[in-house]
Amino acid sequence: MNMTVNGRDVELPDHVTTVRDLLDHFKLNKELAIVELNQSILDKSIRDDAALSDGDRIEIVQFVGGG
Amino acid sequence: MTERYSRQVLFPPIGQNGQEVLRDKHVLIIGAGALGAANAEMIVRAGVGHVTIVDRDYVDFSNLQRQNLYTEQDAIDRLPKAEAAQKRLAALNSDVVIDAVTADADPEFFKNILSGSAVDLIIDGTDNFDIRFVINDAAQKYAIPWVYGACVASGGLSLFIIPGKTPCLHCLMDTIPQAGATCDTAGIISPAVQMTASAQTAEALKWLTGNIDSLRGTIFSFDLWTNHFSSVDAAKLKKPDCPSCGANPVYPFLSYELSTKFAVLCGRDTVQIRPSSIKKRDLQLLSESVENSADITHKNAFLISFKKDTYTITAFQDGRVFIHGTSSIDESKKVYYQYFQ
Repeated sequence: MNMTVNGRDVELPDHVTTVRDLLDHFKLNKELAIVELNQSILDKSIRDDAALSDGDRIEIVQFVGGG
Repeated sequence: MTERYSRQVLFPPIGQNGQEVLRDKHVLIIGAGALGAANAEMIVRAGVGHVTIVDRDYVDFSNLQRQNLYTEQDAIDRLPKAEAAQKRLAALNSDVVIDAVTADADPEFFKNILSGSAVDLIIDGTDNFDIRFVINDAAQKYAIPWVYGACVASGGLSLFIIPGKTPCLHCLMDTIPQAGATCDTAGIISPAVQMTASAQTAEALKWLTGNIDSLRGTIFSFDLWTNHFSSVDAAKLKKPDCPSCGANPVYPFLSYELSTKFAVLCGRDTVQIRPSSIKKRDLQLLSESVENSADITHKNAFLISFKKDTYTITAFQDGRVFIHGTSSIDESKKVYYQYFQ
């Protein structure tokens, strides 16, 4: 599947079909992530199971603690 | 108005009126590390009338790469950051009243400062989630907006939080995260600090001058190395039942346990110990009691540092102690209780 993640075009393996898979694929901490799918923010209650489609535009914001 | 602010006054959204409004504002900056120092410099140069800056740490050589208010001499003197910041900020703009507080910004601190004086805005210059969740609850309880900012490696993010209006930090994160990249693991470059602080200060100036419609209202994030910038609208994530900002708030992170607190400091190979009853430490007495068994390396009006084996122990006048040379809480406890009861 091809999609745009944080402004970059990426080709993802076939097993990546949900936001959960995507976060796992990039080894991102789910506690810290906010995900926007096609310019619509995903509530955490539905976020991880949200299905991905070819051509989706995804923005992942990772909260950080540093400063 | 003096010529000092002429270029800022020429900027129409601020203008003469905005400049005069800024003079009557009080901004509380939590943390005088990289973000705190960068925000403080811009806020003070802009002519905000009253700035309070609070920090628990002192200046170290590893700070100088990115913490713009400090000098080599500050590190040699091991000056508390709040004191060193005040000295530099006062030299930059004598119009501004600058209060320096060398202490941990704990729930008690927020209660004292926010219930006792009119603070218009809190700027986050901290380096960990624990304190940010305390700021978040205090801001909600006392109905004061705050501007979150954080950075690591070559990126950062910022969000302006208005009680009763926007989602709060607790809406966006269910619990205090125990993981995540820190300056310890991923390092940091100075431009990431300055960019994050600029995003924070811009929102601060909008809020303070009443340019509410210009507030960004989104989570701004960037990475200066991969050249990615984003702005994500999180308004829909505001939770009606949030324990910090919902209909029946309980401000869970303001509850204060009366116990000695041990905390590992980010990137410093250091553990901080905060005694349960914080009282002024008699540094002279401490100096006399340790001088035969340890090497005193620094001594000033605010703290004493001494070496014992592979550790350096720094005792602050406000009761806190740093054990340098370990990131293990258990190890630090052993060392701590050798000298302090």
